[in-house]
Amino acid sequence: MTTLSLRGVAKAFEGKEVLRSVDLDVAAHGVVCVIGSSGSGKSTLLKCVNLLVPIDAGEIVFEGQSVTAPGVNPNEVRNRMGIVFQAFNLFPHMRVIDNVTLGPRKVHGVRRADAEEAAHALLDRFGLADKADEYPDRLSGGQQQRVAIVRALASRPTLLLLDEITSALDPELVGEVLGVIRDLKAEGMTMLIATHEMGFALDVADHVCFLDDGAVLEQGPPVEILRNPSHPRTRAFLQRIIDAGRL
Amino acid sequence: MLWPRRSTREEGGRAALIAAISTIVVFGVIVVLVLNSEYWPAVRRQFFNWTHFKRSFPLVLDGFWLDIKLFIVAEVLILAIGLAVAIARSLRGPAFTPLRLLMIGYIDLARGLPLLLLILLMGFGVPSLRLPGIPNSALFWGVAALVFSYAAYTAEVYRAGIDSVHESQRMSARSIGLTQGQAMWHVIVPQAVRNVVPALLNGFVSLQKDVALVFVLGVREGLREADIYNARTFNYTSYIAAAILFLLVSVPVARFTDWYTDRQRRRTQAMST
Repeated sequence: MTTLSLRGVAKAFEGKEVLRSVDLDVAAHGVVCVIGSSGSGKSTLLKCVNLLVPIDAGEIVFEGQSVTAPGVNPNEVRNRMGIVFQAFNLFPHMRVIDNVTLGPRKVHGVRRADAEEAAHALLDRFGLADKADEYPDRLSGGQQQRVAIVRALASRPTLLLLDEITSALDPELVGEVLGVIRDLKAEGMTMLIATHEMGFALDVADHVCFLDDGAVLEQGPPVEILRNPSHPRTRAFLQRIIDAGRL
Repeated sequence: MLWPRRSTREEGGRAALIAAISTIVVFGVIVVLVLNSEYWPAVRRQFFNWTHFKRSFPLVLDGFWLDIKLFIVAEVLILAIGLAVAIARSLRGPAFTPLRLLMIGYIDLARGLPLLLLILLMGFGVPSLRLPGIPNSALFWGVAALVFSYAAYTAEVYRAGIDSVHESQRMSARSIGLTQGQAMWHVIVPQAVRNVVPALLNGFVSLQKDVALVFVLGVREGLREADIYNARTFNYTSYIAAAILFLLVSVPVARFTDWYTDRQRRRTQAMST
């Protein structure tokens, strides 16, 4: 079964094409990694899927429903998707527990006590049990990003979008965040991940998609794309990553 | 350096001493010059007359309580209406265009008119219509004029605060499914208000003085009482009594604003290191 399906998705900002007719599928319980250099459109792609950025052409089908059709309530669609950003974007004026329960309480109408119980369970699972009453600025980058993941999970999404979630972290903190994603994969979470971590993509992805200047240049199983790319531009990109010591 | 460096504590002590001595000398010279001027006795008789002060102060103080009450009522309304206007003006989407335009029109109008003109226009003008069902008191419409004018400025202060919250916060709030209004109320506004507290406090100081303008409507508040006393005695000490009362309220607020702004800056700096 397919959870998410993009057909001919295009987006331009002030005349500059950022996405060019992107086709992409994410199977239920599958993990798809989108790779490509900065500015290739990875972030925009995820924001389009979350309906934070409206698309110019094409169609996005999520759980069998065309979410880009007119009349679709974006809030209702976002309720079923979680997104985690590169810069964490936690709410600095709220404690960790309130960051996590805001969505369930305000969007899903869950009672505070129930929302907090569920949030505590989630925080506990990701090793953040003792941070519930802290404010975000008291946490390390890795902890903040794990809280952001918990916040996205608190609404029980059927699809998780991860936008370069380790790019803003110190190298020694990357591991703890990627570990969380591996756990989520093991539990069968459906994920669409934009990443620079090729080793991680190789390890966690079922499917890798190389985005170049807004277009999908090639996609397929991770070993094929990352070990034996067919397109010269993919090869050049991977060579740069290898030179930087990231694969 | 040729000589050993003094400890910072020693330097701090010396700096404080220099500051104290120079302050005493400068202010001492000013006081001596003023008191020895040939006009001082006349100034003292007209402005700093103890007998007149004792007689006028209770009258002015009586009226001044009304200033305080008006200030509190007006400020509460201003903070609430200003926020509502700022939020209405910051809503996005084509459906809100008429609301946005209305708010921009109101803000331009209210900020473009002299406050005194608004007070005269509303305080004398509206009651003269004798419209049924609305209050006819000059006091009511005087306060309404203050609120009308100040809420527009305050809305702009709030709006600066709303704009200062990074776009990623709005996006993050929307991404967890909050509506535009919920994102505004739960995520943007709390951070925005925190950012503009010093500017809001400056508005407090300003309004605390401007409530006295309702005296042109004949409202017997502090300044009016001082004016009545002056008209009777041709002595200006009653104005000084009113001045002292206004300063007693506004100076602490101004000091508090400085203290708070300083504390907030230190905190942000501590956070970024």
